[in-house]
Order: sequence, then C-alpha cells, then structure tokens
Amino acid sequence: MKLMTKALMIVAALALAACNNPRAGGGWDSNGADGWNGGGAGGIQTGALGDPNDPRSIAHFNERIGDRVFFETDQSTLTDTARQTLSAQARWLSANPQFAILIEGHADERGTREYNVALGARRANAVMQYLVSQGINANRMRTVSYGKERPVEACPEARCWNLNRRAVTVVSTGLTG
Amino acid sequence: MSILAHPAPFRPVRAALFAALACALGMLATLALLLTASAAQAQSGPLRIEITEGVIEPMPFAVPAFVAENSAGQQYSDQLSRVISANLSNTGLFREIPASAHIARITSFDAPVQYADWRAINAQALITGAVSVQGNRMSVKFRLFDIVSGRQMGDGLQFQGSTDAWRRMAHKVSDAVYSRITGEGGYFDSRVVFVAESGPRENRVKRLAVMDQDGANVEYLTDGRALVIAPRFSPNGERILYTSYETGTPRIYLMDLATMRRQVVGDQPGTMTFAPRFSPDGGSMIYSLSVGGTTDLYRLNLSNGQRLQLTNAPSIATAPSFSPDGSRVVFESDRSGTSQLYIMPANGGEARRISFGQGRYGTPVWSPRGDLIAFTKSHQGRFHIGVMRTDGSEERLLTASFLDEGPTWAPNGRVIMFTRETAGGDPALWSVDISGRNLRRIPTPGPASDPAWSPLRP
Repeated sequence: MKLMTKALMIVAALALAACNNPRAGGGWDSNGADGWNGGGAGGIQTGALGDPNDPRSIAHFNERIGDRVFFETDQSTLTDTARQTLSAQARWLSANPQFAILIEGHADERGTREYNVALGARRANAVMQYLVSQGINANRMRTVSYGKERPVEACPEARCWNLNRRAVTVVSTGLTG
Repeated sequence: MSILAHPAPFRPVRAALFAALACALGMLATLALLLTASAAQAQSGPLRIEITEGVIEPMPFAVPAFVAENSAGQQYSDQLSRVISANLSNTGLFREIPASAHIARITSFDAPVQYADWRAINAQALITGAVSVQGNRMSVKFRLFDIVSGRQMGDGLQFQGSTDAWRRMAHKVSDAVYSRITGEGGYFDSRVVFVAESGPRENRVKRLAVMDQDGANVEYLTDGRALVIAPRFSPNGERILYTSYETGTPRIYLMDLATMRRQVVGDQPGTMTFAPRFSPDGGSMIYSLSVGGTTDLYRLNLSNGQRLQLTNAPSIATAPSFSPDGSRVVFESDRSGTSQLYIMPANGGEARRISFGQGRYGTPVWSPRGDLIAFTKSHQGRFHIGVMRTDGSEERLLTASFLDEGPTWAPNGRVIMFTRETAGGDPALWSVDISGRNLRRIPTPGPASDPAWSPLRP
C-alpha cells in the first residue's frame, strides 16, 4: 500500500469515530490521607476554642451545638435534622453576638469541579437564609463555597460522600479576607 | 538535489512566553523551503477505506538520528529523532521501526534515499533530518519520504532558533509530518496549563503549572499557598485565566505568562466568581458569578471592564465555553432539575437545551473546529468524557471511569485531554482520540488535574 493511500486511510479512520467506546482506566495508588479534620477550610483566623463545657465557647458551638449540616446528593434543601441543628445554632449565635459567622458550602467529589462550586454556594446560602429566618443579622454572615476542594473524609465511598456534602458554620471573633 | 533558498520568511515565531524562563526561546526565524519537490501529491488509485476490526494498523515509520552537520549539533541528533518518534507513536496512528532494524544509514541529509533498504524493513514513511549548532543558535531541517511509492512527500523544511527550543523544533517537525500524512492540523508544538496537586486530600495543595503537551518542561506559576482551580489559556497562548481562593473566596485572576503579573478580574464584593473562559478574540471572558445561592453567567470586556449579565435564572449556570466564531456559548445548567447542556447567543438570550440522554452533563467545551462539543457525563455512578454534535445529536462516550471530568481540546480538535481519578487514587491527566481510541496517561511530576490545552504555538 502506498503511503498516500495509507494516509487517506488514517484520515478516514480519524473521521470515522467508533460508537460508545468506553475504556476502563489504570491509575496509581493513593498516597493516603492523614485524616486532618479542621473546622474551617480557610480564610478565618480563629482564636482559642475554649472549653466545650463553657456554653459561650466556640468549642461548645462546634461540638455540642454542632457546626455543620448535611445534604442529599445535588440538593441544597435543608433536612429536618439540619433545621434542628441550625435552630440551635441560631439560638447560640443570638446569645453570642460578638462572633462573626462564615458559612462554608461543600460538595462531595461526585460532580464536576465548577458545578460543585456553584452547588456549595447554594448550600451555604440555604443555611444563611435559614439563620436569617431565625433572627440572625445577615450582616454578621458571609458565605463561601469550596465545591469539592476540601473534603473532610477522603474515602471513595458513600459514607464519606455523605459527610462531605455539608455546610459548616464557622464562628470566630473576626472575619478576615 | 538542489536546494532552493526561499526568499521569504514563512512564519514569524514569537519569542518565549516566559520571561522567567530566561532561556528566551526566541525561535525567531523561519520555516524555509529547502526543496521544490516535484510531486507532493502521490495520489495512487481510488480512495479505499480498510478498517480491520475497527482498529487501524499504525503506519510503520523510521526516523533515524538526525545528521549532525557540525560537532556542536551532535548532542541533539538523537534527541530530536526521539522526541519526533514519541510524538508520532503516541498518536496511536504510527509505529516506529527501531534503529536496530534499519539497514540503510543516513549519513548525509542530501544523499539519495535507498528506498529498497527501507522497503525491506517494511517502513512506509521515512523522516530524515539534520542539525547544526552555532553558539546558542540551532538549525534543524527535515524531509519526509513515501517509501512505498518511492518519492519525497512535500517539501523539506528548516527551523531555526535558540538551542533552548530544541524540543519545540522536534515538535514542529512532528506537526509537519503528522499534518502531511493525516491531512489534519498538528498539535505537538503546544502547551498544557494544569493544576499540580500535593498533600493530603482534606487539605490539598494546588499549584498552577504549565508544560509542553508531552509533559516536558514543567514550570510552576503559583506557589501553592492559595487553592487554585481550572486555568484556561487565552487564544494567543500568552495569558491565563484561573480561579484562586487567595482572599478566602473564589475570585478570577488574569495572569500574563511573560511577566507573571496577575490581576483580579470580574470581582464584585459579596459574590463568588469562577469558571472563566476567554472569548475567541481574547478580548472578553465569560464566567460564573454566585450571589444569594444563584449562579449566573456574565461576560466581561477585559479592556474596558464593561459587564453583561447573560443568564438570569434561580438555578446554576456554569462552565461556559464559546463557539470558535464567538457567536454562541455552550454551558451547563440545572434549571431543568439536573445538570444539562444548553446553547445560547454569546450576548445572552434564549437558551436551547442540547443534552437529552440519561444522566447528568457538565463542563461542555466547544471544539476548535466548531463541529463537536466535548463534555463530562455522569450516569449510574460512572463518569464519562463524551462528544456530541452542536445540536446534541450523535452523542458518543469516549471514556468511562470512577471519575473522568473536564475535557480540553487539542488545537486540531482530534484529541481530548481530561482529568481522571480512580477510586481512592490520585487524579492524573489522560488523553483520548475523539474516535475513543488511544487512551493514554500524560506524564506529570505528581497528581494533576484541570488540564487546558494551548493553541498551536506560532
């Protein structure tokens, strides 16, 4: 076969695209995750957390009230459990008006990066609107979306994704950024 | 053979993109015609398409070490042919016949080709070349031969530039060979900007990086202190748009690669901005802005700062991409309840849904040829890279894995690069032909994501 003929065949092959040709992929091993699990994902300088037994401490808010709520896949609707947590958050935030509030929206890894940023924004806003409805001044609050960039659990399973689809209410003595 | 010195410079090659790369590539000069070939069109009989079991047999070719025309050129003679061989072999369309099997030796660039010797080892194409070096300047020339019909294919070409740019010259030779044999534009002399990842997943360090399309010459553009995602090349390859969490909230930055200077663009207090992409003329960007839980698309004129809101819906509109003529925009929206793909005029207006298959669709990217849209699809727990026509017809899935996302087109619209993450594994860059063949991992120094292909370099 002459080169030109072969060339034409390559052209033809390029032009002919086979239907549905999914391929399984390889990859390499995970380098492991160290299980770091902070409250805020960034942007906030937080002071001493204090003793969780002190009802006015940030530690009390994070551990006893609960600093986060969880969402169903692709959803930003607040579950009954989430509403209960947020109502308790609102009571605490009303009683402790000196704290600034950052609401972080997060998504699990089962979506595209851009969509997850938008989804996290929607989740953070749902929490903020609920807190506003409970009497918290919107001026105290700021929202940010981390999309899927800051999971708390890295395992490729539903039990981890369930924990990553969250909005975290980060309280601090002052906002930065 | 006589060499005709062609009087005109052919393609001015712009100087290095990186000032930081002090090498200043400066491939100033030229593609020079070496020969007026007698018969470039070796048409031989009627067009025949033979596809055996749906897989084409790669074309066997030989690319002996380039002839060093002076002693300073010796160190490049084998390196040039190795880069060319890797480029062509990596397409899956060509298969190299190793030098150990060669009968003929190329010792002079202008000596007649011994076709019988190359036929004897079943080579169908032969690339010969020569290199000479003066100081930090080098000259590389090549010829392509059709061994089967026993004639040169196209004219010889010469490239001149800095020795720092030796790989680029090999890429330019590869592009010319690929182009002549396939009839398609090349894509080897191009770069990829991506996100280099390190550290634990829960507190990932992400840095912007840029490299040649084959993974060589990696350069880091940010230091990793701020989370960065989804960089995009400008149409002239000189600027990058990306999203950074530097101030704690996602904002879009515009970076000039030559100076490494950057500025915030499209920012508005109290909002989040992300998913930027240049218009085909480079004069504006389209992006997402989130406020009050709603994410809409905006267009910003990068010269005068004029802003235009393109969508206004209580839902998510993101991942926009222009058509190559700049008249339309394809994007992802969940206004129907799940993420689907839509096309609308580039200045806003009615959006028409184009994806109707099962599952969720996202990150649509218009092909540089204008004929196809590449996308991410998730369905039943699997993620795919696929392509469809711009009216949504002829959807084809090219890949499947635990997580494939974020396609980017090679400059010739024939190859797609994307991010692949295996379950529990790190992300890496992969490429696949739009035929669905030739799935390959692109080498990177570590975990990598969010590739964006540059245009072909000038």
